[in-house]
Amino acid sequence: MSEEQHDVRLVVNGVTREIRVPARRLLSDALRHDLGLTGTHVGCEHGVCGACTILVDGRPMRACLMLAVSAEGAELTTVEGLTEPDGSLSPVQQAFAECHGLQCGFCTPGFLTTITAGLRENPHPTHDEAREMVGGNLCRCTGYQNIVKAVERAAAITAETAAAVAETAETPEGAAR
Amino acid sequence: MKPAPFAYRRPATLPEALELLAAEPDAKVLAGGQSLVPLLSMRLAAPGLLVDLNSLPDLGEINVAPDGVRVGALVRHADLLASAEARRVQPLLAMALAHVAHATIRNRGTTVGSIVHADASAEMPAVLSLLGGSVTAESASGSRTIPAGELFVGPLESSLRPDEVATSAFFPALPPDTGVGFDEVARRHGDYALCGVAAQVRVVDGAVAAASAGYLSVADVPTVVDLTEALGGAVTDASLAAAGEAALEHLDPAADIHATAAYRAQLVRVLTARVLRAAYADATTEGGSEA
Amino acid sequence: MTTKLMGQPVQRVEDQRFLRGGGRYVDDVLAGSASDTGQQVLHAAVLRSPHAHARIVDIDVDAVLDLDGVHAVWTYEDLAGLSAPMADPLPLLIPHPALTHGRTQYALARHEVNYAGEAVAFVVADDRYVAEDALARIHVSYEVLPPVVGIEAARAAEHLVHDDPDDPAGPVPGNVGARLEQSTGDAAAAVAAAPHRLALDLEVERSACTPLEGRGTVARWDPDTDRLQVWTSTQSSTGVRAAVAVKLGLDLGQVDVVTPDVGGGFGVKINHPWPEELLVPLAARALGRPVKFTEDRREHFVSSAHERAQVQHVEVGFDDDGRLLGLDVTFWHDHGAYTPYGLIVPIITSTQLLGPYKPEVYRVVFESLYTNTVMVTPYRGAGRPQGCFAMERTIDAIAAYLGKDRAEVRAVNFIQPDEFPFDQGLIFQDGRELEYDSGDYPQMLEKIKALVGWDEFPAFRAEMAEQGRRVGIGLACYVEGTGVGPYEGAHVHIETTGKVKVATGLTTQGQGHATVFAQLVADELGVRFEDVEVVTGDTRRMPYAVGTFASRAAVMSGSAIHLAAKRAKEKVLRIAADALEADPADLQIVDGVVSVKGSPGAALDLGTVSVLSNPLRYAFDEASKAATQFSVGDPGKPPVAEDDEPGLEGRDFYSPERATFASGMHAVIVETDPDTAEVKILKYAVVHDCGHLINPMIVEGQIHGGVAQGVGGALYERMAYDESGQLLNASFMDFLMPYVSEVPDGIDIDHLETPSPLNPLGIKGAGEAGVIPSAAVFAAAIEDAERIPITAMPISPSELFELRRTHDRPVVEPAETPHPPKETP
Repeated sequence: MSEEQHDVRLVVNGVTREIRVPARRLLSDALRHDLGLTGTHVGCEHGVCGACTILVDGRPMRACLMLAVSAEGAELTTVEGLTEPDGSLSPVQQAFAECHGLQCGFCTPGFLTTITAGLRENPHPTHDEAREMVGGNLCRCTGYQNIVKAVERAAAITAETAAAVAETAETPEGAAR
Repeated sequence: MKPAPFAYRRPATLPEALELLAAEPDAKVLAGGQSLVPLLSMRLAAPGLLVDLNSLPDLGEINVAPDGVRVGALVRHADLLASAEARRVQPLLAMALAHVAHATIRNRGTTVGSIVHADASAEMPAVLSLLGGSVTAESASGSRTIPAGELFVGPLESSLRPDEVATSAFFPALPPDTGVGFDEVARRHGDYALCGVAAQVRVVDGAVAAASAGYLSVADVPTVVDLTEALGGAVTDASLAAAGEAALEHLDPAADIHATAAYRAQLVRVLTARVLRAAYADATTEGGSEA
Repeated sequence: MTTKLMGQPVQRVEDQRFLRGGGRYVDDVLAGSASDTGQQVLHAAVLRSPHAHARIVDIDVDAVLDLDGVHAVWTYEDLAGLSAPMADPLPLLIPHPALTHGRTQYALARHEVNYAGEAVAFVVADDRYVAEDALARIHVSYEVLPPVVGIEAARAAEHLVHDDPDDPAGPVPGNVGARLEQSTGDAAAAVAAAPHRLALDLEVERSACTPLEGRGTVARWDPDTDRLQVWTSTQSSTGVRAAVAVKLGLDLGQVDVVTPDVGGGFGVKINHPWPEELLVPLAARALGRPVKFTEDRREHFVSSAHERAQVQHVEVGFDDDGRLLGLDVTFWHDHGAYTPYGLIVPIITSTQLLGPYKPEVYRVVFESLYTNTVMVTPYRGAGRPQGCFAMERTIDAIAAYLGKDRAEVRAVNFIQPDEFPFDQGLIFQDGRELEYDSGDYPQMLEKIKALVGWDEFPAFRAEMAEQGRRVGIGLACYVEGTGVGPYEGAHVHIETTGKVKVATGLTTQGQGHATVFAQLVADELGVRFEDVEVVTGDTRRMPYAVGTFASRAAVMSGSAIHLAAKRAKEKVLRIAADALEADPADLQIVDGVVSVKGSPGAALDLGTVSVLSNPLRYAFDEASKAATQFSVGDPGKPPVAEDDEPGLEGRDFYSPERATFASGMHAVIVETDPDTAEVKILKYAVVHDCGHLINPMIVEGQIHGGVAQGVGGALYERMAYDESGQLLNASFMDFLMPYVSEVPDGIDIDHLETPSPLNPLGIKGAGEAGVIPSAAVFAAAIEDAERIPITAMPISPSELFELRRTHDRPVVEPAETPHPPKETP
């Protein structure tokens, strides 16, 4: 008895990837075990913990609650795809480092993807909105205190960067650079 | 926790999907999968065939008309929650949707899927029931409209046949002079509610002309109770208490690991009062819900 | 001069990896397709008992054999043929004379299963999906036996957990695994003679660590070298290594255990070896292919370990000031189906119960009981939360009885700062005297009162009452023995590049060891922080180690690393002094450069010193030319002195006489909803003393996490077993681990630093502290808000609502004092 295989095309972190998987292959497993992208973690496989959260066409979703076949053609962003093009940390990643927003690091990728999308939608969250933004992800290490700080810090870093870019663009010296 | 094997088809048209379902009695439909996939992973569901609706055209639309909101089978909770149009015509949708799981689940889960999953502890079946909405079901042999009152027949059991696809749900618009409210108590934010209440109240000249509430997690099926008589025309501490007691006559709060039956009954009382009060205020507030 | 890094909030070096998705957890090992990894790893799954107590009549695996992609299916009967010791029960890790009836499980159940979730059969297949398909095809016939669930049923002993007629160890009468009594005198007489007496009956329910990453093991057998490589998510690499070697009949030297990044431990991963930790290596050797086991969430709930459940009876006698004259405690500890970890948890409860207090006479006796539930091993706090609950509930009851301020009653019972070292007259979990090394409890009490606003609270309560809101305040104190032995070691190696490689054997589960240990080395050696790289939990790098538990990593490995760095430094100075023709006492090391103080021209970098430390025959690069035989050395002496060895390394071990005692006090203000009985946290305050802080950012992170875990344990989490022994909430849906919405929005922390005299850095452990007083402090605050005695934790809104009904006070305003507990006749 051999199981029917399906060809699935995914755009992962900007790169088109093709895999051949049975229909039952969870998207989380496809990313980890077929594509070797082990940054996406599996903490419960029933959609509660959020460790496997990735961006599907820009929106945070649980990779463990999707079948790889059902993601055909989707654009996926995993934690490996969050860094800046030059390889430096994104504002959210940087904020986590500055605020000690992680300990064991296992839940962290799910938080990073969720917050990245959350701040795109709401770049200036209030304190309560910052808490709400991470409200669907479990962390057993940090007590969330520094994760919430990191959301606020990431928003500040993004705003500072945007202001700096705007200032640079306005000045002729900046333009010359 | 990995699914058992199943066959998988992703039809490009609805008739194709319906044919697949007609031919395979052991098939299940996949839309958002936020309830189905965990059941597959725990091997509590092991269908022979999964029919994935995600490539079907037109099912992702929210049609807002003066008489109500029609929500296609592929509309994600998040899209409906974000629809200002839908909120204007029926504000209860957004009030309740904000309580459906967490945002990440709402990004994938569909409102119609949640309704036909027929979980008596879910928000949207109760809302559909309260509003007297309906679901449109299509099969190879035709189309039919199932009123909410006939949809929920038992715990996790709907009257949708295995060969049917629920292609849309229809939520009637907020009637004139009417206000709505929603609240629930859950152990953790985002959990299934220990008890939840949706209510609508029609107010004419300051008096309550009609009031009803839909309950979740306190009966085997989403249950709507007419509370007009219990309120006796007014919203007072005494009438709200009477409404709570009246509601309990139609409900069957059960004990589980999270709450005793008596505690759930207490939540029925507390939430009935809170939500009726809010709905009354909504009906009587200037510039509140559209009349 | 470089700034000293000890005490600085240095950002974590490991985060760079974690934040990019580059963490390497056990399930990541050999992940990816065969073409990426070179070797396609096989996946294991375990068939688990659906019954809490049953006799295995027959196991039929025939239906598995024709399933494609299955490589092995094993039951108990297969084990002896694979490795004889595998047919014996798993080790009883910590024997104790009082543990008269210790029992451990078999790697795969033999005649009987004793909890729902016990391993019965083991399958190895191409992937986990197929492995689970195979499990579904195994047919086991069970004869179901009556289960023993809960302490009450265990004590009643109407049925026995262990009465298998085929068990060579014999039955366990009364379900009592152990009974242990300790006392400092005749407590019953002291209680009887006291002016006032109270009795309390208390209860704490089961909970569990539930790290986000479950258990997992990968093994690869190398037939060419006859060696086994194991990666496992553990808190003790060396423990797993020893167990695997014994059970597979290998020499220790044939087994390497590497602990990769670990996604949280909190105690549950100390319990080695799990059946899977042995079966996976066994399979890797038998099949000649790498094998991986990654448990799923449901398995973690039903087949790892739980903790906390105890029933307690306290009798206390006290004077008019609330001074403890006699304290007589009896408790019953639910240790589940097996006792691999001995009596550690109840011993800790029985000793650490005393906290910062000094009752004139103390007696404690416990029974450790078998039940047909998942076994019990330490969970962060390890018996201390229960001890703290018993003690602090008792003090609160005394205060209520006397009508005194709860803080005052605590203060009159404190050990005073001038009384250290203070011998409590008991034997602690490590077999050593329970002797506190240092602390300042009166000062700490003042700090916590100020931090939470203890004296201002009555006004706040009145203000809230006017708005129809009900609030309460609680306070709880604890002392925690941290950094228990026997030892840890460290190896510091200065490379010829000047980089410093540090290894210590204990493991890391998020504590930031790579950062804090690098801080210590940078300080001691005078090198740049970024030039230090720390490796933990790799038996190839440091084969002598114990493990990460009992808040011991910083104390034990921190001290060992400090000592090893000191040794390396001594060698640096010796070699450099020779080369620079200076007195070692005149040398300094700054930013990795050794120089003569006051004469900056005379300098050598550490890389060069490293080159000089290793006399060479061959030059491999420019730098090593300097160390070849025609370049260095006195031709009249051996290239390596008789009492020396080549290489620039330092190795040392730290083995303290006894534990060092950290302490803390927590206070919380809660609001209880008069209608729904929901509990809201308005303020949470912590004062914490772990001696000198290495990295305050990391210590505070540990406290945050502990407090959140404590909130979970006090208000949300419990293991809900039904009477048949089924765990009803074996998922994150129903085991209510707090989200951000359930934890306090802000935790106020203040530190006190009373250094430990026992180690060179003056540090004490910090890992578990945050969770110890939670049950006690929430019970106190809810009791204060509700004026109903709270005697059982955790407490849910539903339970609080039911308590209100029992006390017939659903909506009455708080009275002045809670119902005092019953006075003993």
